[in-house]
Amino acid sequence: MNSEHCYDVIVVGGGHAGTEAAHAAARMGADTLLLTQSLEAIGQMSCNPAIGGIGKGHLVREIDAMGGVMGQAIDRAGIQFRILNQTKGPAVRATRAQADRALYRQAVQQMLNAMPTLTCFQDTVSDLLIENDTVCGVVTGLGLTLRAQAVVLTVGTFLGGKIHIGEHNRAGGRAGDAPSNALAERLRALPLRIGRLKTGTPPRIDSRSIDYAALAVQPGLSPAPYFSRWSQGDEHPEQVPCHLTYTNAQTHSIIAGALHRSPMYSGEIDGTGPRYCPSIEDKVVRFADRDSHQIFLEPEGLNSCEVYPNGISTSLPFDTQVALVRSIQGLENAQITRPGYAIEYDYLDPRDLYPSLESMQLPGLFLAGQINGTTGYEEAAAQGLLAGVNAVARGRSMASWTPARHEAYLGVLVDDLTTRGTKEPYRMFTSRAEYRLQLREDNADLRLMPVARDYGLISDSAWQDFVGYRDALDHERHRLEKTWLQPHHFGADAGEALLGQPLRREHNLMALLRRPETTYAQLMAIPKAGPGSPISAVGEQLTIEARYAGYLKRQTDQVARSARNDELALPADLDYSHVTGLSAEVREKLTQHRPSTLGQAARIPGMTPAAVSLLLVHLRRDPPRKRA
Amino acid sequence: MTATTICAVATPPGRGGVGIIRLSGPRALALATDVVGQLPPPRQAALRTFVDQAGEAIDEGLVLAFPAPQSMTGEDVVELQGHGGPVVLDQLLQRLLSLGATLAEPGEFSQRAFINGRLDLTRAEAVADLIAAGSEAAAKAAMRSLRGEFAQRIESLSEALTTLRVHLESSLDFTDEPLEGLALARLTEQMAELMSRLDATRAAAAQGQQLQEGLTVVIAGRPNAGKSSLLNALTGQDAAIVTELAGTTRDILDRHLHIDGLPLRVLDTAGLREGGDVIEQEGVRRAQAAMAKADRIILVSEEGNDDPELAQRLPDAVPITYVHNKIDLTGRAAGVDGEHVAVSALTGEGLPALRAHLRGQLAVVSDEPLFTARRRHLHALDAAATALAQAHAAGVAGEGEELIAESLREAQQALGEITGAISTEDLLGRIFSTFCIGK
Repeated sequence: MNSEHCYDVIVVGGGHAGTEAAHAAARMGADTLLLTQSLEAIGQMSCNPAIGGIGKGHLVREIDAMGGVMGQAIDRAGIQFRILNQTKGPAVRATRAQADRALYRQAVQQMLNAMPTLTCFQDTVSDLLIENDTVCGVVTGLGLTLRAQAVVLTVGTFLGGKIHIGEHNRAGGRAGDAPSNALAERLRALPLRIGRLKTGTPPRIDSRSIDYAALAVQPGLSPAPYFSRWSQGDEHPEQVPCHLTYTNAQTHSIIAGALHRSPMYSGEIDGTGPRYCPSIEDKVVRFADRDSHQIFLEPEGLNSCEVYPNGISTSLPFDTQVALVRSIQGLENAQITRPGYAIEYDYLDPRDLYPSLESMQLPGLFLAGQINGTTGYEEAAAQGLLAGVNAVARGRSMASWTPARHEAYLGVLVDDLTTRGTKEPYRMFTSRAEYRLQLREDNADLRLMPVARDYGLISDSAWQDFVGYRDALDHERHRLEKTWLQPHHFGADAGEALLGQPLRREHNLMALLRRPETTYAQLMAIPKAGPGSPISAVGEQLTIEARYAGYLKRQTDQVARSARNDELALPADLDYSHVTGLSAEVREKLTQHRPSTLGQAARIPGMTPAAVSLLLVHLRRDPPRKRA
Repeated sequence: MTATTICAVATPPGRGGVGIIRLSGPRALALATDVVGQLPPPRQAALRTFVDQAGEAIDEGLVLAFPAPQSMTGEDVVELQGHGGPVVLDQLLQRLLSLGATLAEPGEFSQRAFINGRLDLTRAEAVADLIAAGSEAAAKAAMRSLRGEFAQRIESLSEALTTLRVHLESSLDFTDEPLEGLALARLTEQMAELMSRLDATRAAAAQGQQLQEGLTVVIAGRPNAGKSSLLNALTGQDAAIVTELAGTTRDILDRHLHIDGLPLRVLDTAGLREGGDVIEQEGVRRAQAAMAKADRIILVSEEGNDDPELAQRLPDAVPITYVHNKIDLTGRAAGVDGEHVAVSALTGEGLPALRAHLRGQLAVVSDEPLFTARRRHLHALDAAATALAQAHAAGVAGEGEELIAESLREAQQALGEITGAISTEDLLGRIFSTFCIGK
């Protein structure tokens, strides 16, 4: 680390957003500094020991297609892999893995260490260096002034963090770590909109005190799948199962009896928690008719005695936590190793960000992760990747990159945040993506690798591999469309066996593949149709394309219709009171949300097509000057 | 840049004789060819028959094609000039929509002209005014056609659709949760039920029984000023009485009529006077409420017995036509003077002048042909029905739930054009309040 030096990018924070940001910047060859309170904690999983899941697995695949860290790290650290929704369609299938926390940290740190232009330094950040209204560095706790072309802030829940356990509360960014209060105070003094959120975590349990004999086993998939296209297939460590147990009537009465001591119910906490990840006390209160709730007992690692009981996040007092845990089957003699807690923290209103994740008020400052109101490692990592890329792009005067909603979950995530903001910790769901059928785990590479290539995020050889795959795919698609089968090409019974009915007229192979009862391999077994592509991914991809064909075409048409003028920029200082014809209500919404593009404006709840037309007319008459 | 092809009725509503439909956009020429056969050379009118999907004639009229960029909007433009009234124009619009055109937003033709440089910058303000005024008129028209039972039926359809989506989406996004959701077979049954409800609503709407169209005129005045006889005279002479509904209240009589193709809904209110018993006061209150929402008030008074005090009690924002009735008794000459019209409801003298006056004044109120609002609604219902049928078929065939969900999303999007959009946040909110989600 060199304090005389001006870095291309300084990344503050070594969590999932920070490590992706730093790694992406370094992949682009940028001179990058990662600042963190604790070098050992780089790549730490602060909450549950798992990566992926529905919507989240999709994000990991996208990060991976961009050459990112998360997919490769979890492949080296995953100790139980599953594919969720395996019996459902490919668009909603998602990979999820339990992680060994130590192996995960180690994998992330190894990947960062391998980047020659990336330096890590252990220090806190107490202030931003601002010159000419532009952020150009940071001041550290040691008092060092470190300069950079751009700063990426990924400080998670550390801003003004406050931890609650029953009636006790104290300042903290994560159990055991100090909050970043100096920086929080500094940010509060800046013209940024700040809100408060809440999240929680369950108590951890000593696995040696659990009676597994009584519990249902949940094994992983065998062979275990891989997240990363870069993994070779020999990275997985030993695989172990999870176990399932349930709360019961006694658990619920223990909780009900201690509610008055819960900071959530005593009014001690005013941050908003996520509706989809309620504490066990919330579940008991809100769904009083349920006499049982499911708990996944997730091992924290191969060499760890700790277990993460997923499903009983709580901020009840410690003695209640002990009682409620011990009321559960298999946990009668459980020893708690760390108490559960709720944490309140500051977040910055993401509507104050451009879709590049650069601050509107403070050019040169990029924000990513929980500080933007999201929750989840995957959501944080995805933003970190995007912020890292755009921080480098800014210094190089390249165009910033934000995928559209139909191109990536990452695009849905950033558009939702910057257009609508969020009132609770934002988590990805596939139902948030209106182009869900296009945004699949299986085609993340096809969707994003060309962009990764443009920004220099992947190597030449990786690109050549990809181009080879894409060409094979295009070639085979073309062949399937051009190859026609006549009924006489089938044996009399073969057609019926394959298609469920006799073939009556000529069909091309693509049309035959569309039928749910036909597989690619079966089709290729027909002499006139085969032999097909030897690359298994090609057959799989084309089968999905064939099955989804009608739907995908409708979605593509929809994209084309709504894409008109979508990219047209709205200047940040546009005075909406000068736009003729807007209603007072619409004017207020626009002033509040400050959309960056016409498309964003159109997606603000309550906007009318007429209002969008009026903006368009206004822009044509008075075109915005290019942003410097 | 991909543009849609838009269409709209270009002539003011209800003006008899010729009705013009204008099409603009990349597919304008192709769509018009489907309807009229071969197009005449650019900018030359030719007589053509307009045919429906089955090749049956809808109307006959002139066709003019203006290929880009030498056109009003700078895009390919086609004008179809038919002879028919609202019903025929509506059929023609429906035909174009089914071919893939979309209904123009208010001011959209002008907007496209402006964007494509066919109007200079100094006209921007005028275009903006046009869009703003047009959207207000369209919003009013939409409100008008959405009154009463129809709105409730749409709301309840949308609600049922949301419930289906809550079950389906939660099974996709929260597969690890032990949800007490409905099985696919049950959801498919519910889709079938919803389809028949939607079809019933469409059928009723298409017959015009549900969608109220037209501007609202309230007849007000002192008791015995001749309000009811005026209403009877207006409607009695009109061969085109559409419906006579039971009044929503005991005191307000509600009738529909057309004046030269301009549909009107006329409300006859209880007499406005001070005092009276409780029931009568309630009648007056309702009359006031009806007047506040009206497009125009006809204030009836006996000739020579003007009523400035009563006029002051009428809502400020609603324009008033002052009708001086009973000229058969007073001998005053029938005729129109500004907003004052002298008639005899008894002899019919002056009534044609009153009708012409109302026709002229009210046509200005609506930029958008009145049936366009209705057509938008019907089109949205059709789109919802198509998407729902697709969802149901996918359910029956046992296709993936994500495909059923996709079609249901489309159906809800279509209904959302009537009810206002249901956002993902709304849907997620419903999921989290219905099911205990989260670990």
